[in-house]
Amino acid sequence: MSNKVIALKELLYKMADDQLIIGHRNAEWIGIGPVLEEDIAFGSLAQDKTGQSWNLYQLLEKMGGANADKAAFGRAEKEYKCCHLVELPIGEDYAFSLARHFYFDHAEYLRMDALKSCAYPDLAGLAKKFHSEIKYHVFHANTWVKNLCHGTEESKSRMVSALAYAFPYALGIFEPGPHEDLLVAENLFIGEHALREKWIGQIADILSPLGISLNMGSLPILGGRYGYHSEHLAPLLQEMTAVIRLEDDSMEW
Amino acid sequence: MKLVSLDPRVCRMDMAEGAAPDALIQENDHWPTYEVFAQKKRGDQHQHVGIVHAPNGEMALVLAKEQFARRGMCVNLWVVRTADVVATSYEDADIFDSTPQKTHREPVDYKVKDKINRYNQSKKEKNEQ
Repeated sequence: MSNKVIALKELLYKMADDQLIIGHRNAEWIGIGPVLEEDIAFGSLAQDKTGQSWNLYQLLEKMGGANADKAAFGRAEKEYKCCHLVELPIGEDYAFSLARHFYFDHAEYLRMDALKSCAYPDLAGLAKKFHSEIKYHVFHANTWVKNLCHGTEESKSRMVSALAYAFPYALGIFEPGPHEDLLVAENLFIGEHALREKWIGQIADILSPLGISLNMGSLPILGGRYGYHSEHLAPLLQEMTAVIRLEDDSMEW
Repeated sequence: MKLVSLDPRVCRMDMAEGAAPDALIQENDHWPTYEVFAQKKRGDQHQHVGIVHAPNGEMALVLAKEQFARRGMCVNLWVVRTADVVATSYEDADIFDSTPQKTHREPVDYKVKDKINRYNQSKKEKNEQ
C-alpha cells in the first residue's frame, strides 16, 4: 500500500469514527429530549451522522479495507481514531450536548468544504453531499446557542459553562494525524492546523456578538487520533456492539 | 418522596409525590405554536403541513425543517404564529352553504359538457388503437 493510500485511510477512519460515535451519543437523547420537536430534530441529525459514517466505511471497504459493519462494530478500542470530544457521555444537561454539537458541526462543515476539492474524487463527492446536510446542522446549533444565550440568566450561564467545558475537548478534533504533511502535499486535505484556524474564526463570528470569549490558551485534549481514548469509549463500544457480538459472521443485517 | 416522571419538565418541577402543583407554567415553559407551510418546488403554492411549538420564528423554522421536510421534496418553508391567523368561526359555517337552486353559478351545467365528454372519449379510443 502506498503511503498516500495509508494517509488517506487514516483520514477517512478518523472522520468516520467521529461521526459514528457522536451519532450514537446524540441518539441517546431520543425520547428524553427537552421538547418533542427538538427530540425529533436532534435524533434525525444523529441519524445523519451515522449515515455519513456508513458512507465513509463503505468507501474504505472499496479501498480494500474491512467490511463496513466490521469496521464500525468489529474493531478493538485502540483501532478507533475518534477524538475525545465525541466520546464524552451526554450528561444530564442538554447544554453540554449542544456545545459539543456546535463545535463539532462547525468543524465538520469546514472540513467538508475543504474536502470538496480533495484530489481523491470519491471523497470529494461524498464531502459535497455531506456539506449541505451539515449546513443545516450548523444552522440548528447556532440557533440553539443564540437562543439560550438570549434567554434567561440561567440558560445563558449554563450554555456559557458548557461551551467553556467542552472547548479543550473541541480543540482535540484538530490533533494532527501521523501523515498530515503527505495529505497536504498530495492536495488531499488542507491539514488540521489550517482547519483549526478557519474554525476559530467561524465560531468567534457566532460567539463574540453573544459576549462569549473562549480561552485560547486552553490545552487541547489529545490522543484520540493515535488510539488513546478517554475512559468513556470502551463501555460505549461494549454497548454498541452488544447485539452484533451475539451473532455469528453469517448474519445478514 | 420526590415525584419521578418520564417527562423531564415534570421532574424539573421538583415536587413531592401527591402534592398539588403550585404555579407551574412559567414563561418559556410552554411555547406557542407556529403553522408550517412547505413549498415543493419553486413557483408552487406553499401548502400547510402542520404545526410546531417554538419560542420564536427562527427556532420554528429550524424545528419545522426536521419535522416536515427531512425527506426532501421541499425548497422553501414558511412559519406563521398560529395566534396571527385570522379565522372564521365554526358557528358561522353555514355561510359556506349555497342554495340548491343556484347551480347555474357552479361549473356543472355547461351545455357543451356532452360534447366535451364525447371528444375525450374519442381521444381515448384513438390513443388505445
